[in-house]
Amino acid sequence: MHSAAAVVERVFLYNDTQHPLKKRKMAYTEEELKKELETKEYEYGFYTDIESETFPKGLSEEIVIAISRKKEEPEWMTQWRLEAYRAWLDMIEPEWANVNYTKPNFQDISYYSAPNKKPKYDSIDEVDPELLDTFKRLGISLDEQKLLAGVAVDIVVDSVSVATTFKKTLGEKGIIFCSISEAIREHPELVKKHLGSVVPRKDNYYAALNSAVFSDGSFCYIPKGVRCPMELSTYFRINQAGTGQFERTLVIADEGSYVSYLEGCTAPSRDENQLHAAVVELIAMDHAEIKYSTVQNWYPGNKEGKGGVFNFVTKRGVCENYAKISWTQVETGSAITWKYPSCVLKGDHSIGEFYSIAVTNNFQQADTGTKMIHLGKNTKSTIISKGISAGKSQNSYRGLVQVASRAENARNFSQCDSLLMGDLCGAHTFPYIEVKNKTAQIEHEATTSKIGEDQIFYCNQRGISTEKAIALIVNGFSKEVLNKLPMEFAVEAQKLLEISLEGSVG
Amino acid sequence: MLEIKDLHASVDNKEILKGINLVVKPGEVHAIMGPNGSGKSTLASVIAGKDEFEVTKGQLILEGHDLADDAPETRAHKGIFLSFQYPIEIPGVTVTNFMKTAINESRKARGQEDMPANEMLKLIKEKAELLKIDRKFLSRSLNEGFSGGEKKRNEIFQMAMLEPKIAILDETDSGLDIDALRIVSDGVNKLRTKDNALVVITHYQRLLEYIVPDFVHVLYNGKIVKSGGPELALELEEKGYDWIKQEEAV
Repeated sequence: MHSAAAVVERVFLYNDTQHPLKKRKMAYTEEELKKELETKEYEYGFYTDIESETFPKGLSEEIVIAISRKKEEPEWMTQWRLEAYRAWLDMIEPEWANVNYTKPNFQDISYYSAPNKKPKYDSIDEVDPELLDTFKRLGISLDEQKLLAGVAVDIVVDSVSVATTFKKTLGEKGIIFCSISEAIREHPELVKKHLGSVVPRKDNYYAALNSAVFSDGSFCYIPKGVRCPMELSTYFRINQAGTGQFERTLVIADEGSYVSYLEGCTAPSRDENQLHAAVVELIAMDHAEIKYSTVQNWYPGNKEGKGGVFNFVTKRGVCENYAKISWTQVETGSAITWKYPSCVLKGDHSIGEFYSIAVTNNFQQADTGTKMIHLGKNTKSTIISKGISAGKSQNSYRGLVQVASRAENARNFSQCDSLLMGDLCGAHTFPYIEVKNKTAQIEHEATTSKIGEDQIFYCNQRGISTEKAIALIVNGFSKEVLNKLPMEFAVEAQKLLEISLEGSVG
Repeated sequence: MLEIKDLHASVDNKEILKGINLVVKPGEVHAIMGPNGSGKSTLASVIAGKDEFEVTKGQLILEGHDLADDAPETRAHKGIFLSFQYPIEIPGVTVTNFMKTAINESRKARGQEDMPANEMLKLIKEKAELLKIDRKFLSRSLNEGFSGGEKKRNEIFQMAMLEPKIAILDETDSGLDIDALRIVSDGVNKLRTKDNALVVITHYQRLLEYIVPDFVHVLYNGKIVKSGGPELALELEEKGYDWIKQEEAV
């Protein structure tokens, strides 16, 4: 039983102020969505045959081949996957992270399930009221709520489609933004050239697994000199539980181009899958810039720490000369978050940035950070990491700043701040600095602060409620990072932070 | 305005306030003095509504309304202000932002809209000048890295901004040098009107030379054992707290 009301693989949210349909992401209306769905449904009409297919659990070469066939992939892709699978068999699951968890049973997972148009629920009354309450507080309209929860939505036939308009604008500029599966079929030269070039299949255990079994993800190519006129977003990728598991994303910004890409959703995902092992590869060629923002709120487990998603992700970008990659993330969900969005500053004068807020509450654990690898000359990296721990959670920052011997004049600034809410949580910092060139300038600052009952009482005595006080404090702490997010995302992220930390003090 | 009737309060099952009786009328300044451990700060915390303390008996009545079930922020909205003995740091929250939130929350409780930005700025400027506070302070994180004196001045600045009906100053003079003491006292005095009231908690008589009380009470062992006019403070200064302890022992 896998579901979502709509078979919308991607809805492109339009952010251009010139367009007559200018709308805030969150206020994406029912009308527009309906129109979009109507068009998409027609396009995907022929998938009804394979509607309810789910593979039996377990992983083997046969399953890998079956996945590839299901996706109608060319032979080279199937081989690519098999080589990854064989490499994975020889690898050992890593255990060095500062997190405790029961290891997933890789034979107890189904590695494929097809998109399904059947909704999960007939009416919104059947949906978990707590989930609905969160949607409401995040400002999600009722119809969007229905879609996100998997409730049946009536589709009205209409001719204008927002996605068609988006695709047209992107197409005019030569920008490709589609699913990775589509890209493998339609743009094999690009995929062949770049897939695995930033995160090789043997890079790590989870990357190998992902390379063998990935079933979905985004592909984006921006041609030379083109500035993508809108923020590309996978916000409304309403795919059912199952395909989100092993996502593979590839973003290529050709020389002199620019793209801002948003991944994720503030709405909580009630995903039954425990393991999410995604791989994201970014390639910024000479003078190109990629801004990659993530807001993640996967199911964190219940208040006793049971259930919850394991978010083990490999994200990396390579910068050529004068190129720039910025990673901005707000992580509030998942039972375990294990990720280090990194930049390989290969080109001269290249820049890597990492801005992060990681929140852990109840029994969540996070071991997250970044790696900035300085290889070229005159490279620069900036790391601003904010960790907020509450409840009984553990939040670790692990960062690597590496300067190779030929990396002349490298500059790095790192700032790691931890905020502890209450007495039972933990914050840890593991900074690694490896410098092999004496012209490098590396700065590292770290602060730790605690919010306890005394601070809350102080605010109370000035007329500020506990809820508001926590919001005030968390906001003050996080604003440096929130400011880096595209504006509308920032507003949602702010609300999300407040909601994530409710009841965390006192 | 504030009536305290036979107030008993405990923390961790230990009784600290053993029957306090006090009436504070609008326009009055009451001083509460007493040796360490007598319950002065406890009294301040209980009036402010700190839930660490349990009121086991008696009443706290503000303008005819029993405060019993009111949360600290509700009491603040009703006009109670506590200047803390040890103001705590709140990193990441600027003084300005904090004040803005506090004022608007009170306004919200009264059904008013947020104060317009330009009006807020004007108010901040005015009150900062009153307490000779450098504008630089306003953009610093609340109390972070402030000296003792700066913290106390900041407390009174907040008092000036919030215009409470009754302000309780918990050992505001501790940690202040002579100049700071004068500035803070001037500020407090300028805020006095015939409609508001002040309860000044202190060990020493010196503050009371600047903020002259109408009534002085001596708190000892959880009870008010002596009350009088300003001369009582001078008598205490001369004879020391042992005098009170001896009298009580008898």
